[in-house]
Amino acid sequence: MTQKNKKRIVNTLLYAILTIGALTMLLPFFWMISTSFKTAGQAVAMPPVWIPKDLQISNYEKALSMAPFGRYFLNSVLVTAISTTGELITTILAAFAFSRLEFYGKNVLFVLLISTMMVPGELLTIPNFVTLSKWQLINTYPSLFLPFLANVFSIYILKEAFEAIPDEIYYAAKVDGSSDWRYLWTVMVPMAKSSIVSIAILGIVGSWNSFMWPLIVTTEQSMRTLPVGLQAFTTEAGTQFELLMAASTIVVIPMIIVYLFLQKNIIEGLASGGSKG
Amino acid sequence: MQVTFENVKKVFDKNVVLDDISFEIPESELVTILGPSGCGKSTTLMLISGLMFPENGRILFGDKDVTEMDAMERKVGMVFQNYALYPHLSVLENIMFPLKMLKMPKDERVERAMELAKLVKIEGQVNQKPGELSGGQQQRVAIARALAKEPSLLLMDEPLSNLDARLRIEMREEIRRIQEETNVTTVFVTHDQEEALSISDKIMVLDKGYIQQYSSPTDLYNKPENLFVAQFLGTPIINTLTMTEALNLSSLAIDPTILKKAKTVAIRPENIFEVKDESEAFIKGTVRFVEVIGKNVTVHVDTEIGDIVATDLGFIHERGDEIMLGVNEEDLLLFDDQDLTIQRGVSNA
Repeated sequence: MTQKNKKRIVNTLLYAILTIGALTMLLPFFWMISTSFKTAGQAVAMPPVWIPKDLQISNYEKALSMAPFGRYFLNSVLVTAISTTGELITTILAAFAFSRLEFYGKNVLFVLLISTMMVPGELLTIPNFVTLSKWQLINTYPSLFLPFLANVFSIYILKEAFEAIPDEIYYAAKVDGSSDWRYLWTVMVPMAKSSIVSIAILGIVGSWNSFMWPLIVTTEQSMRTLPVGLQAFTTEAGTQFELLMAASTIVVIPMIIVYLFLQKNIIEGLASGGSKG
Repeated sequence: MQVTFENVKKVFDKNVVLDDISFEIPESELVTILGPSGCGKSTTLMLISGLMFPENGRILFGDKDVTEMDAMERKVGMVFQNYALYPHLSVLENIMFPLKMLKMPKDERVERAMELAKLVKIEGQVNQKPGELSGGQQQRVAIARALAKEPSLLLMDEPLSNLDARLRIEMREEIRRIQEETNVTTVFVTHDQEEALSISDKIMVLDKGYIQQYSSPTDLYNKPENLFVAQFLGTPIINTLTMTEALNLSSLAIDPTILKKAKTVAIRPENIFEVKDESEAFIKGTVRFVEVIGKNVTVHVDTEIGDIVATDLGFIHERGDEIMLGVNEEDLLLFDDQDLTIQRGVSNA
């Protein structure tokens, strides 16, 4: 067998595996979108209806009218924006301090911080809830974003990225007349862009999809976020899948847009991150 | 601007890197700090730039005491071994960075940066990112950036070490040209003696935290003050012989009292010639091997007091030849038991 033929077979196998992987990933999305255009009967029909003949576009209108989705959307956007921005600011400052500054107890503090990652998030739900209710913040925006303004994992990731930047760049910036503060924002942050974008994506997706916490700290409909709002389609009589899927499609679209937009940035970040020497 | 060190001491984790050193760097000159790795030469540069602070002593720029000032305030220009360009900025933006820090208006910034790009001959690449440039081009950008704010002092930390041999020679000539055109006081750090000898007005040889010698390149080569300097400069390395009976120096006009104190004799390979008369030879030996690299012929001679290398004997010898070696007294270096030079030719100049 020639080298060329061998390569062709390997490539075919590779693409077959990748195709299977891609289809597995896409199937739930396809099912969601397909179901959102079905009638209630088709949604639960056996054998399953893959592509409905008459598209029930009215599902979308119905879904949107069943709950104040405009308000939910606004809440979700607000909470996601504030918690991600807040997280990025605290992460950048903390990572800078841990990677570049010398201060008493730096290593001990960092180990303490890292060790909090071993505490499961669920364990923090109750103390966080008690604290916020003592501060009388339940059913307010701060209750939705306060616990997420700092993220140890992000700090750790960014600290590593900052430490990969050579000392000479810092010295050069110093000699060029840049203060620590300006160095951080004009050199370090752009150089660690890809890590920062990754942290932002994780933050945005996590915050947008977050279900349990908003459910716990909000009781009023006006404070609820989109994932919580999707409960409207689950009643005691059962779930209206076609409407739930229509609403879910709407909820997911902004994330896909954000992801597509930021993904371009990740590639750019990676491309400009490398410098010889 | 003149730079003065007064009794400067620098310690790292109980290791004394620089011990009580004092020197002056004259205005508008190119001074090289030369030494083996770990001799404290980069530390000296860091101390001048304000990126490090001394434990003791004072640093003066002109008459101004800058000992307590940090790098931001000292306003020097600096070029690093790995160039340290900002990879996310274009060449032009890199050169403009120090000007931006000075809050210079944008159009002036661009104009000044373009001037500098022309000076270092990088004007064709101003919109590229540093990652797209070759090592030599990156070094040019680094020099332009260092010169952007018209510093009164330019510091270069082994700027040529990452370049290949040919480019290194080209760039060191460029550095000399740029220094002469801008007339900026320059401190150049290197471990490469050839580099130092070729571009400097003055050379400071550092070793073990002390200044071994601080003089012009010619004096450094011809009049070393101690054995370390004599051995550090010159390729092939200077021949050093222990003073013994086997060494016949009677034919040379040397003060006997000095000869008595001499512990070590050193002769540069290019100063050795062949003699026919045994009384004129300081030593005789057998040719061990002859190394020919282009026009350079290096002869290794095996003698009873060790290997002697000579570069000026010509093509006439081959392995196994018996040979008698001579030297002129003015080319002979004698060192005492402290390795200090006590005899440099007849005049002892």
